[in-house]
Amino acid sequence: MAGYAFLLIALMTTAAYLLGRGRGARIWAGGDGSKVHSLPGYHGAFVAAWVGIPAFILGLFWLFLQGPIIDQFLIASLPTSMTDGATASQINLLVSEIKNVAAGQVFKEPTPDIVAAAERYELWGQIARWAMIVVALAVMVVALSFARSRLAPRFRARNAFEHVLSGLMIFCSVVAIATTIGIVSSLVFEAWRFFTMVPVTEFLFGLRWEPQIALRDDQVAGLGAFGAIPVFTGTILIAFLAMLVATPIGIFTAIYLVEYSSDRARKIIKPIMEILAGVPTVVYGFFAVLTVAPAIREFGGLIGIAVSPNSAIAAGGVMGIMIIPFISSLSDDALNAVPRSMRDGSLALGATPSETMIKVLLPAALPGIVGGVLLGVSRAIGETMIVVMAAGLIASLTLNPLDSVTTVTVQIVTLLIGDTEFDSPKTLAAFALGLVLFLVTLCLNVIALRIVRKYREQYD
Amino acid sequence: MNDASMSAEMTANLSKSLDFDQAAKPKVVAKDVNVFYGEKQALFDVSIDIVEKSVTAFIGPSGCGKSTFLRCINRMNDTIEGCVVKGGISLDGDDIYAPSLDVVELRARVGMVFQKPNPFPKSIYENVSYGPRIHGLARGKTELDEIVESSLKRAGLWEEVKDRLNEPGTGLSGGQQQRLCIARAIAVSPEVILMDEPCSALDPIATARIEELIDELRANFTIIIVTHSMQQAARVSQRTAFFHLGILVELGATEQIFTNPSDKRTQDYITGRFG
Ligand SMILES: Nc1ncnc2c1ncn2[C@@H]1O[C@H](COP(=O)(O)OP(=O)(O)OP(=O)(O)O)[C@@H](O)[C@H]1O
Ligand SMILES: [Mg+2]
Repeated sequence: MAGYAFLLIALMTTAAYLLGRGRGARIWAGGDGSKVHSLPGYHGAFVAAWVGIPAFILGLFWLFLQGPIIDQFLIASLPTSMTDGATASQINLLVSEIKNVAAGQVFKEPTPDIVAAAERYELWGQIARWAMIVVALAVMVVALSFARSRLAPRFRARNAFEHVLSGLMIFCSVVAIATTIGIVSSLVFEAWRFFTMVPVTEFLFGLRWEPQIALRDDQVAGLGAFGAIPVFTGTILIAFLAMLVATPIGIFTAIYLVEYSSDRARKIIKPIMEILAGVPTVVYGFFAVLTVAPAIREFGGLIGIAVSPNSAIAAGGVMGIMIIPFISSLSDDALNAVPRSMRDGSLALGATPSETMIKVLLPAALPGIVGGVLLGVSRAIGETMIVVMAAGLIASLTLNPLDSVTTVTVQIVTLLIGDTEFDSPKTLAAFALGLVLFLVTLCLNVIALRIVRKYREQYD
Repeated sequence: MNDASMSAEMTANLSKSLDFDQAAKPKVVAKDVNVFYGEKQALFDVSIDIVEKSVTAFIGPSGCGKSTFLRCINRMNDTIEGCVVKGGISLDGDDIYAPSLDVVELRARVGMVFQKPNPFPKSIYENVSYGPRIHGLARGKTELDEIVESSLKRAGLWEEVKDRLNEPGTGLSGGQQQRLCIARAIAVSPEVILMDEPCSALDPIATARIEELIDELRANFTIIIVTHSMQQAARVSQRTAFFHLGILVELGATEQIFTNPSDKRTQDYITGRFG
């Protein structure tokens, strides 16, 4: 039904455009050309915007508000015997039972009261949907006649349309900003609730992380400990291993591509790097679990070193491979941004290409490269899928890359999987971890982008 | 420029304009040089002798191949993908395109100054010491200091920068930057210095300083300068070569080229009829 409503709006908008344009064309043909301000198309767009946009916004609001309002009516209309003394969740249950009955999903024989309520619910829904179409239509007709009445030779439809467009763009960016603010504030709010149960100092400096506490009385579990240091060190260890792989390989690849490779080699290597960048992280996860981890374990066995089945080095190494294209393309940009005249100046003095690279190009490109590496670190810290698949779950405080460690992202995932109830420290801990993760990656990104941008300005 | 009697003498030698310099030793000799950028040919059978310890100016309309030929002499064309050089160029009689030749050494012997000043984003001192360092020309800090000082002095920049050697070279004015680039080039004691429109990014005063400098450097270096300014060519050069559409049209003493060109195209160009 809502679909039809929006289809109707779309049709009306098109019709409004055509009408407006036709009117504009007649104005254009009637008056002498120099006096008409805007082209016919702008007249059409002006009318279409007036018809389409208010109706569309109205429709959206209607859809959002219709459900809750009907629910309120429904609850109010229930016999007091059913609602008296009921808690909010019992009423919710009741409402969803009514909705189920209305939708024809009957699990147990409903009481007559419920059947009656279900019928009312059906009816109100129908009324609301039709009302929406009627109201939208009315709005559109009013808007159409208003907009059409304004069309005139000197009417500045072109400028008016400009306003509409900029309004549209402002609206879109407001949506993006509002969403960001919403996400961050929910994160902060939940984390704050966690910190009312577990002191911040314990969370930030505690050395034991055992969040699997009992949610129900009949579960057997530990008392819980929320010292996140082992989780942080695990994250840092894996990110460090990843950067150990990604930084040199990425930078050297970039240097090779910029300075040494022939055009043909570049044409082959660049797409391959793009493929590497496009591999879904879950595939890297497979690769880490099924190929790399067993290989490292076997190799460790050969030389007599015990390697844990989900060693940090396997997860970190594969994550490093994932980050290579990222680093190499940013370093590539940084090196390419160094003006060619620097390179020519050095070569013309008789420097070899590698001397030119080390003494002139790399120092000049260094800020850009550092920025790229920092962005890579931020990705490594925030990466989830590979570590969920390949890293461990137990938070052990170690820096040995052959041991199993866990990361912030892994912990967030495991804390929120399964029986969840959003008022126990176990689940809320996930938000605290998420907040820390968010702050760290935010800082890294801001610093990195600053560096990259500052450096870009230097040569422009 | 000289008087009329001089140009009359030139006229007598028109058919063999090279006679003017027969006493002087040719430093660079090019024979039938053809240059291609991919499919496109940019230079056609260019043959030229460059006289030692003098200034030779290349003039000609835009796109005629002056820079291309200049880059052949220190093999900077090697760094351009798809650029092929055919023919022979020799420096002091050694073929610079011979497989056994070390390009790095060649470029130490043939320095280059670019159109746009391009100091490295390093200190003034490091800019000048860059070449001597990579070629191992100094045997210690004091020797390096001496090279830097003498190069800056010869480039006429020493007085202006001696108190700020550790400041970045990019912080100098355009004219100072260009003189820094000249100092950087002479610091490796090249035999030939190529200059591709070294003054085109500079104001008249800075240009005059560089022209003065070129005149002084002539005593020790063989200089080839590409310029779009006829006056500049007349002021600083002893010999002038006129290029047109990838062909070396005419080469001769500067006075002769400007007062009594033997080719119609040269005449048209210097009288401003095209280009
Ligand atoms: N890197 C290159 N790739 C392809 N063609 C080039 C390249 N450099 C120069 N050319 C071509 O070769 C010809 C000669 O160019 P060149 O730069 O030598 O001219 P020029 O005489 O120095 O001109 P200007 O006075 O404008 O500097 C031109 O037609 C130009 O288009
Ligand atoms: Mg040029």
